[in-house]
Amino acid sequence: MHFEQVFNGLDREHLRLAIYSTTSSQVERALAQPAGDVQALMALLSPAAQPYIEQMAQQAAHLTQRRFGHNINLFIPLYLSNLCANECDYCGFTMSNKIKRKTLNMAEISEELAIIKARNFDSILLVSGEHDTKVGINYFYQVLPLIKQHFSQVAMEVQPLATDDYVTLVKLGLDGVMLYQETYQTGTYAKHHTRGKKQDFYYRLNSPDRLGEAGVDKIGLGVLLGLDDWRLDALLMGHHLQHLENRYWRQKFSISLPRLRPCVGGIQPKSVINDLGLVQLICAFRLFSEQLEISLSTRESEQLRDNLVPLGITHMSAGSSTQPGGYAKPDSELEQFEISDERSVQQINNMLSSKGYQAIYKDWESAWRLS
Amino acid sequence: MLKIADHTFSSRLFCGTGKFSNSKNMLAALQASGSELVTLAMKRIDARGNTDNLVAPLLELGTKLLPNTSGARNAEEAIFAAKLSREMFATNWIKLEIHPDAKYLLPDPIETLLAAQQLVKLGFIVLPYVHADPVLCHRLTEVGCAAVMPLASPIGSNQGLLTREFLQIIIEQATVPVIIDAGIGCPSDATAAMELGADAVLVNTAIAASAQPTVMAACFKQAVITGRMAFEAGLAKVQHHAQHTSPLTGFLQVNTSKSEAKYAL
Repeated sequence: MHFEQVFNGLDREHLRLAIYSTTSSQVERALAQPAGDVQALMALLSPAAQPYIEQMAQQAAHLTQRRFGHNINLFIPLYLSNLCANECDYCGFTMSNKIKRKTLNMAEISEELAIIKARNFDSILLVSGEHDTKVGINYFYQVLPLIKQHFSQVAMEVQPLATDDYVTLVKLGLDGVMLYQETYQTGTYAKHHTRGKKQDFYYRLNSPDRLGEAGVDKIGLGVLLGLDDWRLDALLMGHHLQHLENRYWRQKFSISLPRLRPCVGGIQPKSVINDLGLVQLICAFRLFSEQLEISLSTRESEQLRDNLVPLGITHMSAGSSTQPGGYAKPDSELEQFEISDERSVQQINNMLSSKGYQAIYKDWESAWRLS
Repeated sequence: MLKIADHTFSSRLFCGTGKFSNSKNMLAALQASGSELVTLAMKRIDARGNTDNLVAPLLELGTKLLPNTSGARNAEEAIFAAKLSREMFATNWIKLEIHPDAKYLLPDPIETLLAAQQLVKLGFIVLPYVHADPVLCHRLTEVGCAAVMPLASPIGSNQGLLTREFLQIIIEQATVPVIIDAGIGCPSDATAAMELGADAVLVNTAIAASAQPTVMAACFKQAVITGRMAFEAGLAKVQHHAQHTSPLTGFLQVNTSKSEAKYAL
């Protein structure tokens, strides 16, 4: 059974009302036993939980430290291409956007890898726009072996693919796939995705199930906070996570919590999530799932990123460029979004040390499987 | 003295090396623990980039290393990791960990037995991490494991001796050393494990995730010594009711001595 069936059984309007009518006694009950309970997650995401934010933070920090220790895993994105065959009004890569388009060839990828490796990274996230013909499965078959020679952990954030394609990519060394639903609210989804294959809400929704079936080790979920009511989107992501965790018990799961940011030709958020909301979201998910990996991108400011470290974050990117070829030849006309935290890897490393944390570059060895 | 394979240990506290905030804190804690065997995850070692901050300090410390196969999801991967560790550290000791369960990190008994069997044949000293399953411990001993490492509770959970009754059965029947691994959350848990008769305990999270790892390591050192001394001294039996000073069957003894006296006459 794929998540689509579970999702269609959920009354989203009822859930929305339930979030906003949560009482403080429901929040208190949720705080007492939050693990693995979507009802508790709902209470912790509600406005009624905001007065309990300090208690949530304390519990989240304690759980995170017990599970992950004084460690933060560092990774770096590598933008392979900004070509895209979708129209998504919030994204700088959207098809109709008149920006320079570029797809890295093997030589250009090698140039980028040399720079990234010199910065000590061993965990890489490959990112591209969604363009099946020019940046499709054949391109990925070509680039993955090259990248896998240099990195222990390789994840992808590209268009959803067929199960068989994922199976082949796993054999070539793929460790993780991040596939964000953007919003779980079908009407809003349709409004923001107006052309291209990404219009197929359910194909995307069922993709994490296909990843589980294909044996991809790490599956990343995410919503673009701000497209619609972030509390409801987060709760629906919690339902998605629970469905996946129970079915694919060998897999690790991660979430990303990007907030909608201004970009070329972009839109303004419908529901603004402030810093308090973001902290609430991180803590609620940590209390819901002790083992969940939570990733924080360079979209957030330095100061906020520093303060979020102990609360539940397990993975951070550092020294990121969001454009193809951006490490070797920076060119802001190609980028997907502006980053806020522009510190170098060494600066992030020093910040983590000063907070009593150790930056971890390598925590995985999929070469054992490829031998 | 504890003997595993051909190696003797005067400390019965083994330590992990994960979750520390930096290598300085890790080394200070390991030194304070008095541990003579420390385990490290092969998956953390970065042979290409030297970013791991683990190997160099541990080699400098000079304590015997017990590489582990954490991250392996089946026997094949674990065997590959073990072979790598033998090349890298010139040791044939391996802590066999196969936990494909991403949520609770519980060990896979089937893959563990398969891997243990092959690793022993390949000349490894195998210390398998397993659930507190007495029959599995028998089977692992039969295939030649040098010790067994049953869990007290899920890894990193600090929940203490949730499997106490089964650990007791394992210890009672064991013909190889029993090292209680995973879930030991506080020094009193370690004492309790040693009082049960465990040969050693392995502690990581409770030390590394503490606000003062070095102090906590010293506490565990004492706790393990205390528990072992208590076990060797012989603990007084726990009684569920009081010992009566005037027993109900005392009359039997009186009558017996009278009749014996009669015949003696």
